Amino acid sequence: MTLTAAHAKPAPAVLPRGGGVRGALSDLFWRQPRLLLLLMLLPPVLWLGIVYIGSLFALLLQSFFSIDEFSGLINREFTLKTYGDLLQAANLDIILRTVTMAALVTFASAIIAFPIAYYAARYARGRWKALFYLGVMLPLWSSYLVKIYAWKLILAKEGILTWLLAKLHLLWLLDGWLSLPVVGGNSLSVSSTGTFIVFVYVWLPFMILPVQAALERVPGNLVEASSDLGASPGQTFRNVLFPLALPGIVAGSIFTFSLTLGDYIIPQIIGTSRLFIGQAVYSQQGTAGNIPLAAAFTVVPIVIMGFYLWGAKRMGAFDAL
Amino acid sequence: MTSAVSFQKVSRHFGSVRAVDMVDLDIVPGEFFAMLGPSGSGKTTCLRLIAGFEQPTSGSISIFGERAEGVPPYRRNVNTVFQDYALFPHLNVLDNVAYGLMVKGVGKLERQKAAEEALSLVRLPGYGARRPSQLSGGQRQRVALARALVNQPKVLLLDEPLGALDLKLRENMQEELKSLQKALGITFVFVTHDQGEALSMADRVAVFNDGRIMQIGTPEDIYQRPKTRFVADFVGSSNVLPPDFVQRYSGQHRWGSLRPESIRIGRAAKGDGVAARLVSTNYLGATTRLALDADGLRLHAIVPAGAKLPKEGEAVVLTFNREHLHLMDEPG
Repeated sequence: MTLTAAHAKPAPAVLPRGGGVRGALSDLFWRQPRLLLLLMLLPPVLWLGIVYIGSLFALLLQSFFSIDEFSGLINREFTLKTYGDLLQAANLDIILRTVTMAALVTFASAIIAFPIAYYAARYARGRWKALFYLGVMLPLWSSYLVKIYAWKLILAKEGILTWLLAKLHLLWLLDGWLSLPVVGGNSLSVSSTGTFIVFVYVWLPFMILPVQAALERVPGNLVEASSDLGASPGQTFRNVLFPLALPGIVAGSIFTFSLTLGDYIIPQIIGTSRLFIGQAVYSQQGTAGNIPLAAAFTVVPIVIMGFYLWGAKRMGAFDAL
Repeated sequence: MTSAVSFQKVSRHFGSVRAVDMVDLDIVPGEFFAMLGPSGSGKTTCLRLIAGFEQPTSGSISIFGERAEGVPPYRRNVNTVFQDYALFPHLNVLDNVAYGLMVKGVGKLERQKAAEEALSLVRLPGYGARRPSQLSGGQRQRVALARALVNQPKVLLLDEPLGALDLKLRENMQEELKSLQKALGITFVFVTHDQGEALSMADRVAVFNDGRIMQIGTPEDIYQRPKTRFVADFVGSSNVLPPDFVQRYSGQHRWGSLRPESIRIGRAAKGDGVAARLVSTNYLGATTRLALDADGLRLHAIVPAGAKLPKEGEAVVLTFNREHLHLMDEPG
């Protein structure tokens, strides 16, 4: 019995090498896979190592310099004086405000993102899944500034939100909220609440996608097994779904937390006149010309993120990975 | 006596697919019950109906006399060993086993003690601190078993639990499951597509096809006295004989079955019998399986190893004891 031969003459056991340099290279890379790996990794390593980490290091170095208050010149002697300046009440206030905002935005994003991500991972199939990705990604396609100005109009006193609440006879609720200290203001667009809403809106996709990816990896029969063993839906959520989604929530919160820590545009357009870290950096390195203090301010989010990840690891957030 | 599990005219439809169709079933407390059938025959859906993962489209299910429709899985005293074990990857083995007790609010020391005992029962003492990912397939299987048994379920459901194990391990687990069931006296409901497994382990077997039960009976019943062509063919690959053939030997125009080991092979031109031609031989170790062609009818015979065999393509004569010819309910 013979298979029908496609070619007239019998094929050799070893095929000839592909022509030219490409054939030789293919063979070389096959025999030396590490060489290929090295060639593929070299450009990103150079980029990350020199351009990225290098500039970060230069920044860090700047934060140990100080500024001469009379001449405005930078004194290139190592000192912790600039970090001392960070602890002044006004600067500490900025840090505290930013960190609180970032924490609240992260928490709210996680709570809003989880059901959306859960639906997408568990139930959405085919067309609905495509629609989910489109819905989550679509806001990222348009300009950040356009979205923020759109929100300014939505949240303004003459905006659609006020109009809608008036139609629903719920204006008293909004007025009551705005009359509160700290979170309130003349209108939502010039209040901390407004800043918070826009932060959550802008960073939400960065929370949804990693949580969805984490939930997607949870086999459906684990939920069934938990239920089978007597766990109510709430217990299944606490003991199975949440721990397994935690790496995704931590990944998402790294985005939402650090993006909020560093942003300077949203609080400038929507919110009160009280500064956030990003705005402080912007004004220190620009108008004030105090590069060391600006650098010291940028170190704050880095340190906070470091502690955050360390804490998350200790809590076992990455155990399920 | 109330049944452990009772199905009355239970159907489960998924759109136009009738996964389970008007099934009546009574499982006796303390028995080892196997649901056997090809994939897509509705046996797993039946298991999921007992566990509560599915709700019947119509009909009623009761577990130890209590109506089970609308009762969620977490309120049923029934536990499942899943096909791919479904162990929690973020918990160690001990916490996996203790999970059912933990959600019921049993204290930490007490539940860990119970979990240790359950692990000893499945011969994995001292494995509590490991992660499921550090265990072999057979060990995971045992952990899944311990995790279900620690809750002392009224009914234990096993969904093809041995499917992923290699042959040797599977045979060991079969014996172990059987003796465990005897010792604990818990009702076991076992889903499998492996007829050998069903016959060797179960007290009774239900053979499923197309969402219906074809036959329920003891393994011997099912094997020796299949009621339909499907059962004869699926359980142990019996020779299914057409009515015309059967009429010659029994006088009745009905479908019949003949076990392959009931056929004896003789040289042609020696005595009377069914004239046939040997098509191929399959060496199976202890036995040899022969494929035969009797005037267009394909038959299989199994002969002990070492028997002197004709060559492939040679003419042979087949004989069998007429008592071994089983008549099925299906008329011709």
